[in-house]
Amino acid sequence: MTFLLKPKLHHPNLPTNALGLTRRDYEGSVSTLCAGCGHDSISAAIVHACFEMSLQPHRIAKMSGIGCSSKTPTYFLGASHGFNSVHGRMPSVLTGANLANKDLIYLGVSGDGDSASIGLGQFAHSIRRGVNMVYIVENNGVYGLTKGQFSATADRGAKSKRGVMNSDEAIDMVSMAMQLGATFVARSFSGDKAQLVPLIQAAISHQGAAFIDCISPCVAFNNHEGSTKSFDYVRAHNDAVNSLDVITGRDEIIVDYAPGTLEMVKQHDGSVLALRKLAADYDVHDRIAAQAWLSGRHAKGEIATGLLYVDLDPVDLHASLRTVDTPLNELDETVLCPGAAMLDRINASLR
Amino acid sequence: MQATDLRDPEYFHKVVDCQHACPAHTPVPEYIRLIADRKYADAYMINWKSNVFPGVLGRTCDRPCEPACRRGRVEDEPVAICRLKRVAADNKGDITGRMPRPAKTKNGRRIAMVGAGPASLTVARDLAPLGYDITVFDRDSRGGGMIRSQIPKFRLPEEVIDEEVGFIEGLGITTKYGISIDSLKSLMADGYDAVFVGTGAPRGRSLELPGRAEGAANIHIGIDWLSSVSFGHIEKIGRRVIVLGGGNTAMDCCRTARRLGGADVKVIVRSGFEEMKASPWEKDDAMREDIPIMNFLVPKSFVVEGGKLTGMTFEKVQAEYDAKGRRNLVPTGELDTYVECDDVLVAVGQENSFPWIEKDIGLEFDRWGMPVVNETTFQSTQPKVFFGGDAAFGPKNIIWAVAHGHQAAISIHKFCQGEDIAERPAPGVTLTSQKMGIHEWSYDNDISNDQRFAVPHRDKAEALADIKAEVELGYDEKLAFAEAQRCLNCDVQTVFAEPLCIECDACVDICPVDCISFTGNDDEAVLRTHLEAPAHNLTQDLYVSLPLKTGRIMAKDEDVCLHCGLCAERCPTGAWDMQRFIYDLTQAGGASCSR
Repeated sequence: MTFLLKPKLHHPNLPTNALGLTRRDYEGSVSTLCAGCGHDSISAAIVHACFEMSLQPHRIAKMSGIGCSSKTPTYFLGASHGFNSVHGRMPSVLTGANLANKDLIYLGVSGDGDSASIGLGQFAHSIRRGVNMVYIVENNGVYGLTKGQFSATADRGAKSKRGVMNSDEAIDMVSMAMQLGATFVARSFSGDKAQLVPLIQAAISHQGAAFIDCISPCVAFNNHEGSTKSFDYVRAHNDAVNSLDVITGRDEIIVDYAPGTLEMVKQHDGSVLALRKLAADYDVHDRIAAQAWLSGRHAKGEIATGLLYVDLDPVDLHASLRTVDTPLNELDETVLCPGAAMLDRINASLR
Repeated sequence: MQATDLRDPEYFHKVVDCQHACPAHTPVPEYIRLIADRKYADAYMINWKSNVFPGVLGRTCDRPCEPACRRGRVEDEPVAICRLKRVAADNKGDITGRMPRPAKTKNGRRIAMVGAGPASLTVARDLAPLGYDITVFDRDSRGGGMIRSQIPKFRLPEEVIDEEVGFIEGLGITTKYGISIDSLKSLMADGYDAVFVGTGAPRGRSLELPGRAEGAANIHIGIDWLSSVSFGHIEKIGRRVIVLGGGNTAMDCCRTARRLGGADVKVIVRSGFEEMKASPWEKDDAMREDIPIMNFLVPKSFVVEGGKLTGMTFEKVQAEYDAKGRRNLVPTGELDTYVECDDVLVAVGQENSFPWIEKDIGLEFDRWGMPVVNETTFQSTQPKVFFGGDAAFGPKNIIWAVAHGHQAAISIHKFCQGEDIAERPAPGVTLTSQKMGIHEWSYDNDISNDQRFAVPHRDKAEALADIKAEVELGYDEKLAFAEAQRCLNCDVQTVFAEPLCIECDACVDICPVDCISFTGNDDEAVLRTHLEAPAHNLTQDLYVSLPLKTGRIMAKDEDVCLHCGLCAERCPTGAWDMQRFIYDLTQAGGASCSR
């Protein structure tokens, strides 16, 4: 934990993006998490992603619940909207905010406790409703704020720092998200920004429920031998199915991969995902096959990472509810209360 | 790229840019921290050990440290190192108890110093406590050399010179002032074990132009004129004065003239304003005193009417650059410029002069009339004779003279002890962790966002009215503290321990200046391009680790590191540590005095 503010001085050649902002403009207050926490790397990856996409900070809303992970929105995007909700209730609050103003980019940041234990139901329903959001679970497998008890995502057989074996089966949030109908599912690792940053960018440009399970080692309570969420373990068992570059509208598309290994995936917002296949027979569009693949890797003790599933035709909550194009919060009284004549007409139509 | 070898004392020395740039390698951040702590006497002694004349240099140094200062690479201006030094000198209190005592027993060796300027006095300071019998000769009536004779008192008060020259004269040396040495041969015949020549560059260049002889009464050589003013022989000058030359001597001449009755003083230079040799702040000081600097004017003649100098003519030129980028001053073809004046001060350079050194004593001179001197040992081709300061390699400045003096003192000491003078002593180097607690360091690592503070000046009318009134008033304690806080503590090094690193990226994420990268290894030129921020400053090293667990390396660009220690605060395993690096240039006989 540090209380020193990050100095304002920056590298003299710090680049600026299309908005004239530097990466430093996307930072938040200084982190109070433990030194070396994986969550801080994820915050940094979010900062990188938003900077590179030239997102306007005031068009982003960060939502979180309770826990180490849910503290992190304070540490990035200091000029964005934020809401720190009750434990496990981030998905509902985010859904509500999204309904009220669908024009913002919603970044739900949660942890394995917040989403896989107390908030499991909330997580499930926000995904199955197809809320247009990026839902990031900063997954470290332990309750860091209460000194490292196993969380619901800890693998059976993993050892705690004191040497106690976890006897409960783990909840695999990636499988759950796929099963619940998330239209963008990815897994990554806080220690691999080269993989994580493009995944966050792709998830932001995805116009549906995008879920990222990000393994984030807890340096204080879950980075020892016997842990399956330590830096060493994840690095040794990381099995990436693909690597990704996100090409937004402005960039020229340059492809320099061997033919047959690259797939260009065009999303609805115009962005292109350049996917380089690492596992030759992995199909990122086949949900059933992907689930089978994941189970297979899991059985072998491998951790499949990368973009695991993407639906190019996502249907989000607003489409399902057939809401008007104008964000609801911008509808004024005359639109919302069209008068007695209109009410009569509606009533008449229902007779 | 090979992993960085931290056992080489020069690696971290280069990171402390100010100390590395200082010819005497003064540990700058160390004394600046002490100033912030209000430990002025301690700060003074660190300076005194390294550069011998902190009070003098704190007002007059050419400050090679400041352009080197890292702060100048992350914001507009470097730390005001030089003026902070003056703060230590101004507030040190009584430090006589800390000064070395005259040697109780002499070692029987006799050394003669010719000239009592900064180079000679440094040699004397280093050697006297070791028991050498030292005699210092100078043609002037008091010690200090050019410090006393050429620097105007409104920049450097007499008391400061008296005190710091006095510290050395108090070490039990013999001074023979007012004596001009006119034969090195006969001096050596007096049986000295070694002779040190620190006679400076005592001859000001003249300008042989038409009218020079006729107008001689009102044409003065800059350094001689300054010296006469300094010793009270000259007290006034004409109303209209032209100063020729663009160096610091010219700046001193014009400002002195302003105080002796020169109401209309102009500096006229051949080159462009930007290429003038004078330090930028000295030009600013001159212009602040209503002295215009006219450039691209080549002096053509002195105009004398009725036996009296009335003005000068100048040819207008412009700079043209040839294919090789060399500058030529080419006449513009416009009419010559005529500038009226009553007096002219010629400050167009100074030269060495050794008419007193005989050609038959085994002391060789090169074709430019300079003695052949070894650049490391400062020994001439006559083994008993050593040179230093401007006398050795031509005009530089005080801090170089001091640096030469230290090295010459080592040589003379080794020479008298019968040791090989080519073997130089290694510097004393230590590296100490500054960790005090979990996120607590023994230095203040919170970076100040302040811009450089200006030194308060005396009211202009008041300053111009009294030639002895010091123009700069110096920082008060509050300003000094604020300015000291701008120092980045570059001597507190980021030290990386490969076996402890778990490659969590915490240091990369927190670094405010993007200097840390974890990446695949490559040749330096390639590596410099694929770091978190490209490392374009080739004068600054990359700190490269051995391969880590993932096969990557840690590469840190030292260029703009703020030494804020956040990498170490964020490191969960202590792979980064902040360690204070002390680089202590060894002086004659080990350490001539303790801090």
